[in-house]
Amino acid sequence: MIAEFGLGLLWLAAGLAIIQSLLGILGLRQPDRPDLGDAVRPVAVAQAVLISIAFACLIYLFVVSDMSVRLVAANSHSDKPMLYKVSGAWGNHEGSMLLWVTVLAMAGAGIAIAERRVRRDTLIATLMAQGLLALGFYAFLLLSSNPFERLNPAPQDGQGLNPLLQDPGLAFHPPTLYFGYVGMSVAFSFAVGALITRDVGPAFARAMRPWVLGAWVMLTLGITAGSYWAYYELGWGGWWFWDPVENASLMPWLAATALLHSVTVLATRDALRAWTVMLAVVAFSMSMVGTFLVRSGVLTSVHAFAVDPQRGSFLLALMLIYIGGALTLFALRVGTVREGAVFEPVSREAALVLNNLFLTVILGVVLIGTLYPIVAQGFGQQVSIGPPYFNPAAGSVALMLVVVMAAGPLMRWRSDNVKTVLRRMAIPLALGVVALVLVRIAAPDIGVLPWLGLTVALLAAAGSVAPLWKRNLLRTPLFTWGMVISHLGVAVAMSGMAVDSAFYKERLVAVNEGDTTDVGPFAVTLVAVEPVIGPNWTALEATMVARRGDGQPFTLHPQARNYSTPPTDTSEAAITTHVDGQLYAVLGKQGQDGRWQLRLWWKPLVTFIWLGGAMIALGGALALVGRVWRERRSAKSAGASA
Amino acid sequence: MRKILLWLPLALFALLLGIMGHGIINPEQTTIRSKLIGTPVPQFNLPAAVPSHPALKSSDLATGKPVLLNIFASWCLPCIAEAPVLEELKAKGVTIHAIAIRDTPEDVARFLVEHGDPYARIGSDVSSRVQISFGSSGVPESFVIDGKGIVRHQHIGDIQPQDIPKILKALEEAR
Repeated sequence: MIAEFGLGLLWLAAGLAIIQSLLGILGLRQPDRPDLGDAVRPVAVAQAVLISIAFACLIYLFVVSDMSVRLVAANSHSDKPMLYKVSGAWGNHEGSMLLWVTVLAMAGAGIAIAERRVRRDTLIATLMAQGLLALGFYAFLLLSSNPFERLNPAPQDGQGLNPLLQDPGLAFHPPTLYFGYVGMSVAFSFAVGALITRDVGPAFARAMRPWVLGAWVMLTLGITAGSYWAYYELGWGGWWFWDPVENASLMPWLAATALLHSVTVLATRDALRAWTVMLAVVAFSMSMVGTFLVRSGVLTSVHAFAVDPQRGSFLLALMLIYIGGALTLFALRVGTVREGAVFEPVSREAALVLNNLFLTVILGVVLIGTLYPIVAQGFGQQVSIGPPYFNPAAGSVALMLVVVMAAGPLMRWRSDNVKTVLRRMAIPLALGVVALVLVRIAAPDIGVLPWLGLTVALLAAAGSVAPLWKRNLLRTPLFTWGMVISHLGVAVAMSGMAVDSAFYKERLVAVNEGDTTDVGPFAVTLVAVEPVIGPNWTALEATMVARRGDGQPFTLHPQARNYSTPPTDTSEAAITTHVDGQLYAVLGKQGQDGRWQLRLWWKPLVTFIWLGGAMIALGGALALVGRVWRERRSAKSAGASA
Repeated sequence: MRKILLWLPLALFALLLGIMGHGIINPEQTTIRSKLIGTPVPQFNLPAAVPSHPALKSSDLATGKPVLLNIFASWCLPCIAEAPVLEELKAKGVTIHAIAIRDTPEDVARFLVEHGDPYARIGSDVSSRVQISFGSSGVPESFVIDGKGIVRHQHIGDIQPQDIPKILKALEEAR
């Protein structure tokens, strides 16, 4: 009954999306009938309420393990811990697409309720675009991915959830990413709305900025969490694999980061109008391309999703309509958008343009690398593109990007002169040069990329905090703090990446119980390997004792797990965190001679990578709060004086 | 000029869409059969990977007697698992040559000490070019090559104890 109720709500919400779009179109065409335009807001809110209840229905079906629903039977099991029953609702294709439209509709409702700054007609056009977007995804759900489909006869029990996904971190990783992906849809809709009403200017940029910031914070968190999940769950010791699905989340992030900076130029200086609109379209397009790559199965990936070419075709058609439509509108309309302000080559704006340029190049590098295997296959070749391409290509541009990041905030808007900028950069530059030389002397045989990475990270760390120099810290606006913390986060993450890739130690050994191995500063002894039993798995668990020099010994328990439903082997790495890095142990198979294969890593400063990621997101959140707060206050004081 | 430039994003997107559409229509192959079976081994001449073993070139694989060519690396975990099985094959009289992929002499020497040494010759393929010309994309991988230097059998992944009869049979047939 609940499943049918949910399906009914889904249809109703789809109907409301049609009404929302139609009312928007009519409202724009008949400015003398304000009631039409006014009705768009409540309809957008109602649509969000209905679809949220539908999503709640799906969660309920998973919670009670209603095996007569096909989706529950295929992805859940009555023995599963409650957390994974709930997260099972979005740990699959249909459920995740339902989450997608739910977030999309909630974002639309958010604009309808909260947005008071942009022109009325632009707001109506934006909500119309948001309604049309939602409609496509409703069609996708209802026609090819119905999450509420029944199964007759109902099975005794479900097939379980992919064990790799049974992890508390992962329960919240997909929704976070989705909030980010779909939050970008708001930027997209704003861009389309502003193109329709020819209203591309600072007011539009200020209205769009908090949405871009919010979505960007979510994307940053999602990517950081995903990277950490891959690191400890896959047991390969790496934190980024340039896997198509990782790239699928990185590409919108790169576009969103560029957009975040260009939108500031538009809001502050009324420049980069066409470019900002373009980026807003591209950011969401990259979210859709990412979803397509993940869901259509055109690329093989460690993320073994259930794939279906028919769904891929559907998504492709949606992209054709939305992205194609938006870009056509862009080509037709943006020529009529008045040219924005121009600016000097040495100025904050110029640095931000350079930032955009570098980010776009990295985006291009990642996009080409991700899609190249499909192209090559068209010519009858099998290739896979991996770190040997991505690391130098994206890494070298990223280094330049981070240097610009350090310098940009130290430049003035409008125009600045080279000498004063260099004077403000003196300490960071000096630190950079010292680091360049010292690292070379201390570690002559590390690679060029880690070497420069460490140097640039130090330079950027000093440059990031420089804007606080000689400032009253209590009176510094929150969004300036946000920028400083985010930029410092980039430097922290970069130093983690550089130190880990330059100085990690890896050991692959086959040992008997009682044997001791050295890895980095640690001596690790395999004490015993014993079977253990968990709620829905059995495992072989090793007990290892590790000791650093004469320090206190501590134990590690890596497991080789075997899940029963569905039958899968996974490896649970044992990781201990120390001030200066992590010790990472994986238990492998037992050889013929009775020796156990062990894989051990000492990963210095590796935690800085995710710490930096979290700082970047925190900075974004502070900037968001700071901006919203300031606008509230200025709106209030404007109201008081009026 | 500016007008044309404005259509450029749409054109690029059309290209992207074309690529992705192509990807849907032609799904990726999941199993790749070696095209090398029945063909002569590619021409190569590799330096020795360790001083203790002679180098390896294509003519060493065509000496009138079938051999097993094992592509391995000291940094590869399954290769460690495979080592005792190769020793067993050697004990049964199989000549095993090897190509070490992206390796250093010190690492290979340590591997041979720690995990056993079933190899007659070991070539060092630092850039993995020879590995690619063999159509091999991972380590370990093994090829049965007959006396005339023709590839007869390919084994992807580590040779496990239960694979021994299969490998011996392929070697017998290559005689």
